[in-house]
Amino acid sequence: MSIVTAERPKAQRPQRQKLSVVDCDIHPGFSTPDEIHPFLPERWREHVKTFGGHYRQAFADTLSHPRMAPEVSRADAWPPKGPPGSDLEFMRAQHLDANGVEYGMLMPLNRGPGNQRNLGYGAALATAVNDWQIAKWVTPEPRLRASIVVTQEDPEAAIAEIEKRAGDERFAQIMLPPRSLEPLGRKRYWPIYEAAVAAKRPLALHVGGINGYPATASGYPSYYIEEQHTNVQGMQQLVTSLVLEGVFERFPQLRVVLVEGGIAWMPALKWRLDKHYKRLKAEVPHLKRLPSEYIHDHIWLTTQPLDEPDKDSDLAETFELVGSDRIMFSTDYPHWDFDDPRFVLSKLTLSPEKQQAILAGNARALYGLK
Amino acid sequence: MAMPNSIFGHPAIDCDVHIAVPNTAALMPYLDAYWYDAFRSRGIEKTSFTLTGDPPNTPLAARPDWRPKSGKPGSDLELLRSQALDGFGSSFAIANCLFGGMALHSEDLAAVMCKAVNDWVADTWLDKEPRLRASILVPQQSPELAVEEIERRAHDKRFVQITLLAMGNELLGRRSLWPIYEVAVRHNLPIGVHAGGLYHHPTLNGWGSFFLEDYVANAFAFENQVVSLVCEGAFAKFPDLKVVLIESGVTWLPASMWRLNKTWRGVRPEIPWVKQVPSELVRQHIRLTLQPFDEPEGSGRLERFVEQMQSDQLILFSTDFPHWHFDGKDALPLSPSSPLAPKILYQNALDTYPRLTETTSVPAFAPKEISP
Amino acid sequence: MDRHVVAKVADVQPGDRKLVTVKGRPIALFNLKGEFFAIGDKCPHEAGSLCSGRLVGLAEADVPGEYRLSRSGEFIKCPWHGWEFDIRTGQSWCDPTGTRVRAYDAKVEPGAELNKGPYVAETFKVTVEDDYVVINL
Repeated sequence: MSIVTAERPKAQRPQRQKLSVVDCDIHPGFSTPDEIHPFLPERWREHVKTFGGHYRQAFADTLSHPRMAPEVSRADAWPPKGPPGSDLEFMRAQHLDANGVEYGMLMPLNRGPGNQRNLGYGAALATAVNDWQIAKWVTPEPRLRASIVVTQEDPEAAIAEIEKRAGDERFAQIMLPPRSLEPLGRKRYWPIYEAAVAAKRPLALHVGGINGYPATASGYPSYYIEEQHTNVQGMQQLVTSLVLEGVFERFPQLRVVLVEGGIAWMPALKWRLDKHYKRLKAEVPHLKRLPSEYIHDHIWLTTQPLDEPDKDSDLAETFELVGSDRIMFSTDYPHWDFDDPRFVLSKLTLSPEKQQAILAGNARALYGLK
Repeated sequence: MAMPNSIFGHPAIDCDVHIAVPNTAALMPYLDAYWYDAFRSRGIEKTSFTLTGDPPNTPLAARPDWRPKSGKPGSDLELLRSQALDGFGSSFAIANCLFGGMALHSEDLAAVMCKAVNDWVADTWLDKEPRLRASILVPQQSPELAVEEIERRAHDKRFVQITLLAMGNELLGRRSLWPIYEVAVRHNLPIGVHAGGLYHHPTLNGWGSFFLEDYVANAFAFENQVVSLVCEGAFAKFPDLKVVLIESGVTWLPASMWRLNKTWRGVRPEIPWVKQVPSELVRQHIRLTLQPFDEPEGSGRLERFVEQMQSDQLILFSTDFPHWHFDGKDALPLSPSSPLAPKILYQNALDTYPRLTETTSVPAFAPKEISP
Repeated sequence: MDRHVVAKVADVQPGDRKLVTVKGRPIALFNLKGEFFAIGDKCPHEAGSLCSGRLVGLAEADVPGEYRLSRSGEFIKCPWHGWEFDIRTGQSWCDPTGTRVRAYDAKVEPGAELNKGPYVAETFKVTVEDDYVVINL
């Protein structure tokens, strides 16, 4: 049989059109390390100065696998002062205005409140980050929406934070890391999901998180390239746990957004779950539907980093297998693997209606954006 | 010539069947004086080492018509002959015997278990069934002792590969495991990475609740291993190394290649010994056994897999007997006239396992003489 | 071929780069130890601006664990996804056979043979001894 040799396709420039997108993943930054301090109570300001953060890993201030670019960011995204993502004016000019961002969902990764071993500090930090999002970003910039950052290992504090913010429409979703002390489908986390449903907010899980487990079942990878790849496994495991534990059976209103995990792995996971569920369903009698049905009804995925098969038709097929109604555009601005919306649009060899749904429509519907 | 029951009229090589040690006591004849005494006095001979990842009574563990009337799935030679070998017209089958003792923390005890199992497999199965081939079980937690067992076994050409589990102490690309690959390449033995693990924690979020959850997670582990083997440069260091992914699910691979290729293009300087796009290295060095093949029934994903991976050399036919992944004879999800059938059913296996045609107990495999 | 004056030699010192536009096309101009090279500014991947990227050397290894860096400053790394391009040839190092940024032929020409063009209008100097960089399109 003849084997197709793939050609590397060139990015095509679509015709000039007014871009209008909803960007489901923007990372806001601190201009200085102390920027969060005014938002912390005195007791925790003192704590963080004296003891700092406390994570389940070797390093106190940095990630276990050094990234390939300073601040994990595009080399051209440094504002005149401060690190990438820390300057609203700069972000407006370089990204929001330039890329037709009608709404941008903030995904603060700052200081990892959900990863803190000191639960008191984690809760205080989460509240501070949430206040900071409003003060620095969302109030001056109406295109932006905040996420309710919560500490998933302390459900009581998480629920309190959700209830505190539920009345503020500028908080679009509830953010937790997909890396946790137990798989997130486990019962200990269910009170948080109950609160999410009551607050009528989706959950957003952005790749990353430090839970003290290596990123593979065989221990820690050596290299950043491997570690980065495990972002996929983080999402695969999360989906598997949520589905098989019956979270969606128990919380039929719950919606979940997987941010920055990629998309192309999803069809094979659905096939695998369905196939083996059919054989082993006696172990999980609480499930009433196929795993793939739960997944389609409850899970959304963001586009960045855009999967790049050698053939554009493979990408279109993948998106259809996942469901083009469940995919939402994102850039990951200002990180290095940022996706330009024009590039993404050029790769979406789908009908204009489906393109628009992915670039903006699905997010507007999910988040209730006018 | 093609056997009765052959799939689409082709001969076949079944690259994954399971045989089971009936109980620990069966290993006693293969122990030296110290260990014989230890097994007896410590009660080890009466201890079951059933793996958490391999409970014997689930529907997955054995298809109803493949389950023996008594004893563990895979413990019955007659059933394997009639159902797996004769049942699919297979000229050879490569057996994997995963005995739980391999997962012990004591390296010495794990090594003793592996050696005893390999001796037992040779005596009890290979001597009795000339169509069977086997995989060398090794204590993966100790590369040094693993190398010793491989050297001990390599002369017996009926052992055609080395077994490592998909979830171990270290990712398989790591340099600490390279002594195993050095001896593997020297003896022309592919590495067979089999589903299952030493069970430190099945996922990156620790321990889930269900067997089904753990079983699904094998696919994630295989993906991690492919990334590790490529990125650590195991293939740069060992250009002749072949790795077979056994019982992996298969259909997760193309998407992971798209992702790894994309990342590598930007992150290349971190691992500059990877000089070709990762999917090219996978095409050269990695093979996958067919079952289970994760797809909706009749969806044609096997042809799509070949297209997306841009190679028809990757898939090796297997039934995964006696595990229950398909019904009847529906082991190969292709149309009868597909040109992929002979490649998958036997040619790719012949190319992957040089030892298959080296033994003289069975006439040399001559697929050219067979008319489809 | 059209010849377009795009910069003064003095404006682009060894190790420097400059973004120029010729007939609407953004081009990144580089000075490698006195030699000029010009490549298309848009990365063939997602069209990030190569001129905003980092100048790097070539990282190589024959064996895992042994690293060496050569040709320092002769590669431009896209500021976005980090694709590396050999400034001399436009060749991308992540897929040498498959991806190429169009390499434009850039020569240094003495001032007397200048063509008129937008750059000249902007920066024309009375001293004609200045050397200008001309891009052939």
